[in-house]
Amino acid sequence: MKIHEYQGKQIFAKYGVPIPKGYPAFTVDEAEAAAKRLATETGSPVVVVKAQIHAGGRGKGGGVKVAKGGAAEARQLAEKILGMQLVTHQTGPEGQKVRRLYIEQGLEMVTEMYLGMVVDRDKRRIAFMASTEGGVDIEHVAEHTPEKILTVHVDPTVGLAAYQSRELAFGLGLMKYGEETVSKFVRLMATLYEAFVKEDCSLLEVNPLVVLKNGDVMALDAKINFDDNAEFRHKNWKELQDKDEEDPIELEAAQAGLNYVSLDGNVGCLVNGAGLAMATMDIIKHAGEAHGVAPANFLDVGGGATQEQVTKAFGMILKSPKVKAIFVNIFGGIMKCDVIANGVVAAAKELGLKVPLVVRLEGTNVELGRKILTESGLAIQAATTMADGAKKIVDAVVAGGAK
Amino acid sequence: MSILVGKNTKLLVQGITGGAGSFHAKQMIEYGTQVVGGVTPTRGGEKFEGKVPVFDTVDQAVKATGANASVIFVPPPGAADAILEAFDAGLELVICITEGIPSMDMLGVRRVLEAMQAERRVAGKSIPRLVGPNCPGVITPGECKIGIMPGHIHKAGHIGVVSRSGTLTYEAVGQLTALGIGQSTCVGIGGDPVSGMDFVDVLELFQADPDTHGVIMIGEIGGGAEERGAQFIKDKMTKPVAAFIAGTTAPPGKRMGHAGAIISGGKGTASAKIDALTAAGAKVAPTPSDMASTLKSMMK
Repeated sequence: MKIHEYQGKQIFAKYGVPIPKGYPAFTVDEAEAAAKRLATETGSPVVVVKAQIHAGGRGKGGGVKVAKGGAAEARQLAEKILGMQLVTHQTGPEGQKVRRLYIEQGLEMVTEMYLGMVVDRDKRRIAFMASTEGGVDIEHVAEHTPEKILTVHVDPTVGLAAYQSRELAFGLGLMKYGEETVSKFVRLMATLYEAFVKEDCSLLEVNPLVVLKNGDVMALDAKINFDDNAEFRHKNWKELQDKDEEDPIELEAAQAGLNYVSLDGNVGCLVNGAGLAMATMDIIKHAGEAHGVAPANFLDVGGGATQEQVTKAFGMILKSPKVKAIFVNIFGGIMKCDVIANGVVAAAKELGLKVPLVVRLEGTNVELGRKILTESGLAIQAATTMADGAKKIVDAVVAGGAK
Repeated sequence: MSILVGKNTKLLVQGITGGAGSFHAKQMIEYGTQVVGGVTPTRGGEKFEGKVPVFDTVDQAVKATGANASVIFVPPPGAADAILEAFDAGLELVICITEGIPSMDMLGVRRVLEAMQAERRVAGKSIPRLVGPNCPGVITPGECKIGIMPGHIHKAGHIGVVSRSGTLTYEAVGQLTALGIGQSTCVGIGGDPVSGMDFVDVLELFQADPDTHGVIMIGEIGGGAEERGAQFIKDKMTKPVAAFIAGTTAPPGKRMGHAGAIISGGKGTASAKIDALTAAGAKVAPTPSDMASTLKSMMK
């Protein structure tokens, strides 16, 4: 789960991570008021108007602007940014509509750095990554100049050790800003580590982390992803969720307990199990690439889905206008084939089946499942294997004239 | 012969009185697995299905039954704790089926397990192993089924299967059985980012098992476990390995069901894994429908 920068900074504040003063704004009026308030509080008219969307690269896309002339200028910038379709390298060409702003005090910095934390699955440790190349695309740095990224791994039993933070501080060359800056960096690292662990983050990035003229170290950005599995112990996550930032179909699926990812193709897929669902997408693409046939979605109904969930899932596929044919691929383990069959039939009867349907059933209660489908009277093509199913799907889409 | 589980496995079911635990405990007993006890705190003294004794703690259960393995169906908030309890009671094999355990919890479990394994290695003893979490389990066909896989699709034989995905394992097993090829042991290592046995750990056991003659390895996008497996195949494996990697068409940055199946920062792509496996001498099936036939073409 992703959250906005201003929400990330509220979490930072809770753990004592130094951040600039700032206020979220949902309207132009609120933006102007925030700028006024900041000018009074800081004694400087300079504020930064920052678009709040979940994607990165906001600055380059024109979603972050500095107002040097006080509240009136901040208002003008807010008018421009609020409501714009912000396009960044992470949003896709259609961009993301800006609905929230964060108004923050402007600060004079002497250097920008990158700081990131992830769960390093290969080392089974939390990893801190730091680089002097702050404020830019860190993936570019990782690819072209990996030696500029410093990494330390944290032992979960002792937590982040001070020497590890010092290693990064000296590696980043912070001594040239004074001893105080080094100790401030070490303190900031400790607070970030505490936040990462206690808030069950899966990713935390501060890009840029800056050194100010007075030698202070401050988090100018906050990007936090939470580990979805830990939702049960964070009741506040529901309030932090911004539904406007999420694909409405994926959201609907998540509410029904289904794993759904929208894709660009024309074949709706209903599969049990994440691996099999991915493999089903792969085989459709493999068989259909030359004919313009590709998967329209990834959908894993899971192992313990009820008939209602299957009906819901199949209904979502049926309602999608881009779907020209549907492939149901089930290898029943815990999931019983008759539950799938009943769900498919219920949804098709309710919503009408207007596109070709290919079904491949295997595993637990397969005979019963096949019987339910045959007796339903629906126009279903049975497939014996995944390859057979993929071929039938491609033929069906091609016969339908879809490109 | 087989790896990890067999006729001599005496199994505890942690969470035996819960919905999933009781359903699958019955299935495992029906398959012929020796389920010697169950553990549900505060339910000690009861009998599951009138015959399997239930205990309050794993320690009590091990002392009373001589169990040597455990399978965990405990819900996510208590699952990591259940794994630690099982290892602390001296069990050598713990299979965790539970889906949805926070990574932070598993980081701690891994750390404890690694320390335990290091101590045992120094002492020259066999090491404790964790399979999963978020996995279908382990089965040695005809002998012992631990987990949630459908037993009837399996057939005893000489092919090892190791996989990050549950249903894709069933797919491979179904294909093998349809070709008349049996399996020595099938191991689902699970789809979580931080887990127990890795491809390398399982491949090492298959390589050492005289009754395993070839291996199907099923990976997916995300992480570097497949690449490490490929390195092991290159350096140590003399047995044929057929592989499949799911997620060739998966878009970057999207979690494909499993918490571990995500391409991030250009890392963990299917093509990088396929290249590594091919370079290591494994044969990668072009589609998921060809897993068994690809392996068959490699067997003498």
